[in-house]
Amino acid sequence: MGNLRFRDDAALDQPAVALSAFLDQSNATAVRLEPGEDARLLIPHLDRIALVEVAFPKFRDGRGYSAARILREAGYAGELRAQGDVLVDQIREMRRCGFDSFVPDKPLDEAVVATTLARYDNVYQRAADAAVPVWKLRHG
Amino acid sequence: MYKYDQYDQAIVDARVEEFRDQVRRRMAGEMTEDQFKPLRLMNGLYLQLHAYMLRVAIPYGTLDSRQMHMLAHIARKYDRDYGHFTTRQNLQYNWIKLEDAGDILADLATVEMHAIQTSGNCIRNISSDQYAGAAADEVTDPRPWAELLRQWSTFHPEFSYLPRKFKIAVIASDEDRAAMRLHDIGIQLVERDGKLGAAFYVGGGMGRTPMIAPLIKDFVPIEDFLSYSEACLRVYNRHGRRDNIYKARIKILVHEIGADEYRRQVEEEFAHVKTLGIDPPAAELERITAFFAPPAFEAGIADSVDRSDPDFAVWLDQNVKAHKQPGYAIVNISLKKTGDIPGDASSAQIDVMADLAKDYSFDELRVTHAQNIVLPHVAKRDLYAVWQKLVEADLAAANLDLISDIIACPGLDYCSLANARSIPVAQKIAKRFADPVRQRNLGELKLKISGCINACGHHHAGHIGILGVDKKGTENYQLSLGGSGAEDTSIGKITGPGFDEDGIVDAVERVTDKYIQLREGEERFLDTYRRVGFDPFKEAIYG
Repeated sequence: MGNLRFRDDAALDQPAVALSAFLDQSNATAVRLEPGEDARLLIPHLDRIALVEVAFPKFRDGRGYSAARILREAGYAGELRAQGDVLVDQIREMRRCGFDSFVPDKPLDEAVVATTLARYDNVYQRAADAAVPVWKLRHG
Repeated sequence: MYKYDQYDQAIVDARVEEFRDQVRRRMAGEMTEDQFKPLRLMNGLYLQLHAYMLRVAIPYGTLDSRQMHMLAHIARKYDRDYGHFTTRQNLQYNWIKLEDAGDILADLATVEMHAIQTSGNCIRNISSDQYAGAAADEVTDPRPWAELLRQWSTFHPEFSYLPRKFKIAVIASDEDRAAMRLHDIGIQLVERDGKLGAAFYVGGGMGRTPMIAPLIKDFVPIEDFLSYSEACLRVYNRHGRRDNIYKARIKILVHEIGADEYRRQVEEEFAHVKTLGIDPPAAELERITAFFAPPAFEAGIADSVDRSDPDFAVWLDQNVKAHKQPGYAIVNISLKKTGDIPGDASSAQIDVMADLAKDYSFDELRVTHAQNIVLPHVAKRDLYAVWQKLVEADLAAANLDLISDIIACPGLDYCSLANARSIPVAQKIAKRFADPVRQRNLGELKLKISGCINACGHHHAGHIGILGVDKKGTENYQLSLGGSGAEDTSIGKITGPGFDEDGIVDAVERVTDKYIQLREGEERFLDTYRRVGFDPFKEAIYG
């Protein structure tokens, strides 16, 4: 246990290939992005991607949050996975940026995840999730 | 002043519970210190040399008497009966117990305060002009936009793990009282053809590599304010360096790729971000702006002040500034009495300032980046009464912007990052120049001291700057000249080899003596320095 998935479809049974390999071959449907890699290179190929795995080698490296939002903003609807040094107190921000599955190096306590995700009823800003910012609630 | 609605309150209350839970998990050993550290830092809790330090956010430096009283209460109940006002317009407590942190945050939440994002690699407390709403030269009150930024940046999901900390200042006048261009983003609200917009300066900062922010966009239409900010941050989050903590601030990115290339990337990102609908409607800004409506000033009240008490007159001339409303004035309360620790105030003094705000300043106070307190709206007829109460509370030092109005970081007396002590140096310099006539003769002279290269004491921006370093195990102080954090922003130049603690005081005196010798007419020290250059001073210092 420890992996989390917030999707109803079946998980893809295919390893994610490196970005360079993905761009070179046309049949892969799962791709892995390292922190320094440009998520926008995937935008022309989104219709054939079922899984993007974003690597977090260190929890302090926040580039993957931007990568996730960029993909969701471009209309990507497939699985978006955070893999690596992913901590329970980051799940909420990651969910807001569009991640919907998590493969952390160290298993997460699901009870703590649930508490964390339920903690805040309100958000101040629009992001890649469906949460309605408070300015919208204030003014309709 | 901004007032929370049920949404703001719910978010801050949830934060209290979240942090309580994080502290509990840490104390139960469910989290390592390494994992806890970024979480506590995002809540302003540092582990210092002797204890935990808690930094409380004072958004854009504005607070009311109820909040100020609460700061005193917390100092009394959980700390050692004092607090330290910082160059980020915040307040720090130096002697906090981890197990009390949750209760302190709960107390703060009862007066619409928090410690959210007062540390960590995220967007920090937004700073602003301490004279906002009172200064005659502003095109508008900058605080509604600062509040808009506060809300937008609070728990921003994409920007919680930036390469490094991120500081934003918003001002609205040509005179810069907030060191705007020494921020990661400095924003000046401007008017063009009757429309409000924002000039964005990006990539300034102090620290190890001081940089003055270049102008990235001269006029961002106000309806694009948050989208443009978001684009600036996204480019930084994606491309800012993460390989070296000393090169991770946005100033290095902007410097390395150049302002033109950074601008190009931001414009490209902005064209996309603007389609996402992240800018709130005008109605939200109107809602926020209504909280900052001018107080009910009395019209036609006396605009003159009885100056017959000479001590009062000295304070009046030094610490009281012009207000946009006839009959009113801006009062600066100096926290720099000779011998005091710059920025420190006792609980009793904090209570006195709160009461004065309530009785005489429409219930408003400001914290300045120079570590002083402002009563922004005082009727001139009340100035003498206010001064008398300040005298009683030992808060009437008449030294605003003089050599003893020193900015100093906590230094090695408290801070785990420091290489040298700042406080004793500040105290010795203040004592050397204790004669008030001598200080006034020297005129405006901004002296700033940092106890390490991180430059929390803004030494780069000091007319005279002092940097404490560690030289083979002993404290050593470097002197720099010619910095400015005002609209004529400049970075000070290091004079040469450093000094020991007494030597630096002597060196400062040689600089001021030289200035007296060289100055022409009404020149300030900085003007003389800029006119004659570095060499005469260098010669005076080193012979």
